[in-house]
Amino acid sequence: MTDPVPAHIQLGMTDDEYQAVIDLLEREPRPAELAMYSVMWSEHCSYKSSRAWLGRFPTEAPWVVVGPGENAGVVDLGDDWLAALRIESHNHPSFVEPYQGAATGVGGILRDIFTMGARPVAVWDPIRFGSLTDPHNRYLLAGVVSGIAGYGNAVGVPTLGGEVEFADPYAKNPLVNVMALGLLKRDQLVLSAASGVGNVAVLLGATTGRDGIGGASILASASFDAESGAKRPSVQIGDPFEEKKLIEACLELYEKGLVVGIQDLGAAGISCATSECAANGGMGMDVDLDDVHLREHDMNAGEILMSESQERMLAIVTPEDVDEVLALAEKWEINASTIGTVTAGGALIVSQDGDVVAEVPAASLSDDAPLYHRAAERPTWLDATWADSAELPAALDVGDALLRMLDDPALGDRSWIYEQYDHQLFLNTVIEPGNDGSLMRIKGTSKGLAVSTDGNGRLCYLDPRRGGARLVYESALNVAVTGARPYAVVDNLNFGNPEKPEVMWQFLETVEGMSEACEALGVPVIGGNVSFYNETDGVDIYPTPVVGMLGFCDPIPTDPPRLDQAADKMVLWIIGPENLTDFAASAYDRVILDHLGGRPTDVDHEIGPQVVAAAADMAHAGAPVLHDVSAGGVAVAVAEICIASRIGVELHDGDWHGWLSEAPHRFLAVLPAGESPDVGDLPAREIGIMGGTQIAFGRHGSALLDIATRTWRDAIPRRMT
Amino acid sequence: MKTAVVVFPGSNCENDMVYALGLLGADAELVWHRETDLTEFDGVVLPGGFAHGDYLRTGAIARFSPVMAEVGRMATEGKPVLGICNGFQILCEAGLLPGALVANRDLRFICRPVHVRVEQTNSVLTRAATPGQVLAIPLNSYEGNFTAPPDVLADIDAGNAAVLRYCDADGVVDETTNPNGSAHSIAGLTNAAGNVAGLMPHPERAVEDILGSSDGRVLLESYIATLAAEVPA
Repeated sequence: MTDPVPAHIQLGMTDDEYQAVIDLLEREPRPAELAMYSVMWSEHCSYKSSRAWLGRFPTEAPWVVVGPGENAGVVDLGDDWLAALRIESHNHPSFVEPYQGAATGVGGILRDIFTMGARPVAVWDPIRFGSLTDPHNRYLLAGVVSGIAGYGNAVGVPTLGGEVEFADPYAKNPLVNVMALGLLKRDQLVLSAASGVGNVAVLLGATTGRDGIGGASILASASFDAESGAKRPSVQIGDPFEEKKLIEACLELYEKGLVVGIQDLGAAGISCATSECAANGGMGMDVDLDDVHLREHDMNAGEILMSESQERMLAIVTPEDVDEVLALAEKWEINASTIGTVTAGGALIVSQDGDVVAEVPAASLSDDAPLYHRAAERPTWLDATWADSAELPAALDVGDALLRMLDDPALGDRSWIYEQYDHQLFLNTVIEPGNDGSLMRIKGTSKGLAVSTDGNGRLCYLDPRRGGARLVYESALNVAVTGARPYAVVDNLNFGNPEKPEVMWQFLETVEGMSEACEALGVPVIGGNVSFYNETDGVDIYPTPVVGMLGFCDPIPTDPPRLDQAADKMVLWIIGPENLTDFAASAYDRVILDHLGGRPTDVDHEIGPQVVAAAADMAHAGAPVLHDVSAGGVAVAVAEICIASRIGVELHDGDWHGWLSEAPHRFLAVLPAGESPDVGDLPAREIGIMGGTQIAFGRHGSALLDIATRTWRDAIPRRMT
Repeated sequence: MKTAVVVFPGSNCENDMVYALGLLGADAELVWHRETDLTEFDGVVLPGGFAHGDYLRTGAIARFSPVMAEVGRMATEGKPVLGICNGFQILCEAGLLPGALVANRDLRFICRPVHVRVEQTNSVLTRAATPGQVLAIPLNSYEGNFTAPPDVLADIDAGNAAVLRYCDADGVVDETTNPNGSAHSIAGLTNAAGNVAGLMPHPERAVEDILGSSDGRVLLESYIATLAAEVPA
């Protein structure tokens, strides 16, 4: 007979971590205490493998109000307006149960935003899957998109964009990231600190059930294998209607000044919310689990503490305000119960049926979490991969290559996805999804916010440092072409198993590359998320950092550039340094050559910020069309303008490499004939004239606009039906 | 004159509606679904969203909200009653308009601008419009597919009750220009008296050029003009 697996191992804890709990408490933990530590010390909650390195990111700027570490980063937009931004991953739950995994990802990120006192006004969803040739990947894409739509649309927060990539390493580990933006006036800002001995902890929202138990520790912080289907009960179930009521109730609580502090219940549920509230305020808390409204009977203390049931908030209120808070909850038809009291001394004491089931230092759940400096080592295969650059033909029919690229689901029309999302609610959407960055106005002000999310797993696989830096610049350019200037970054760092030295090396290189680019652009990182263990059956995903860039402009351009404003005889320009050789991780290399190798071109920290500034200036100067050059190079960027504007283009004859190379720091402009880009010393070249019915590449072939349009539109639908 | 905009738990277009009506000069006020007295209002709008989560069936719970008795009274008295998207679904569910809205033909949520053609101008929704006018207005729904039994559809046609039909930019109505499978391409509907109307597209999302279209104005202006008009007793 074999020994039973010890409880801490079942809960995802190592022997050393278990011993640390014993040392800290100076005794064996009670079952409920072990449950709490196992979740709070999980990778997902404690960032134990990444925390030591995240300090590298530049986080300061005069306009940063709240930096990393709170529920969301907050920046100042002037005139007492603040914006709150946060990004999160829901990768593993979405693989196990795509609809609910994606839906609860949306729900969770929204709670992070309104916990800060902000009204959530928009969501973005960067998502990644395996090839759509596999029916299971089609099922995952359809499920994730309908989960985002089902939750986001019903909760009443528009989804303004995102991005999608397809590659084999995501087949058994799709990436589902979600970013949310909130707006608030300065006096509405709320933090998650419980202060004032005798203040009352009120649990608001949904009942607590057995769903999602161990979501953070078991699902989000471990690798996957064939048994992962059995983890389905660890996926939470979302209820957007409950969340909608909770948002409105909480916003009214803030408006009436009824809360001292508030914390959402996400990963690790009540354990996390009570301990963080208490620890952030330097206080303790007495919690009585008998007062928690439960979804089902006979839940034990550990289950109640670890439950990740959705749509719950913990508000700290003064005793005098409790009645008014309960009445307000009654008006909005949500549950509310007083479950705890703020105490002096820093102890979190949890009781059930009159017995103490947990008594721990509140701060120890976060502050004493393990901190690992894991080994990092440059991959041995990297030199060979760099040497293996694309074998380019001497001559090429670029028109034909373009059509093949437009048929690719990551390069074709993404409206099959974003038209399932309400992207117009609140009447703020000026530039819709499907463009470089989405642009929102803030009604009643002259201010505009542009947002872009950008990732590129293949690029970062080939060179995580250069890749990370290029993503930051690409994101910055995406917001700049709408007229906004880069203002703040959040990042979602999706990586494989951090216990492997080469994964750690990829992670560290990425952090360095992103940090350098943020410094050069003068843009602070105000928050982020690290998702490790994106590994299934021993195969790690590509290192996939996703940059969420917030751009800001005041005033918003009166007539911002749009892809559909090119007209006959207008002139096409390219601004930025020419590069004919950057095919590493390019769309051409992937779609046409089915190859991945070579070393991507590095960024230029001198030129890069100048190109970004020039794009924003041109947007304000009234350029009809500005468009970032990224995946698919000039060829795909030009085609996107032609398709949107329903007009062809005659490109001046040239070296075909220039149309497909994907060097950074370049954007296209379409200007009226006779005008030229006012970009100072930056390189700018005229490359074509708009007009006709084809996209013509001189002696290198052409594609009929009609066929290009149809091919582009069908890229996703023809695979999904 | 003043219009109510009802807020059900789960509504989400109520503030957009108040904003758009205000932009066009109307006095619009939010009213909670438990309100039982709307006598101070000259008209009522049921806005878009997911009233009561759309659980059970769209509008199935909302029709029992306390405020609906007053909505019914106003409809009977000839006061202007307008339902947009979820509001249209609720009016159908409450029996104030015929038919029902079911899941879209392709079983996917649709959020994009569509074209609709004005079919008649004797309703609270189309009074200020021109017959045959083509409007570009965003659609935003999963259950936007209008359906009704054949005899009800015949009555709708006979009574000229369809006020808007889906079409293309040139006003052509056929199956290829029907985004969600709606019977007879119906996008908007009125009652016999013309004072109650519902539509799936969102006119309040098309009131400013910076948001892509101002074509929704004429529909909301029709509603506002009706508010001010003398109501037959």
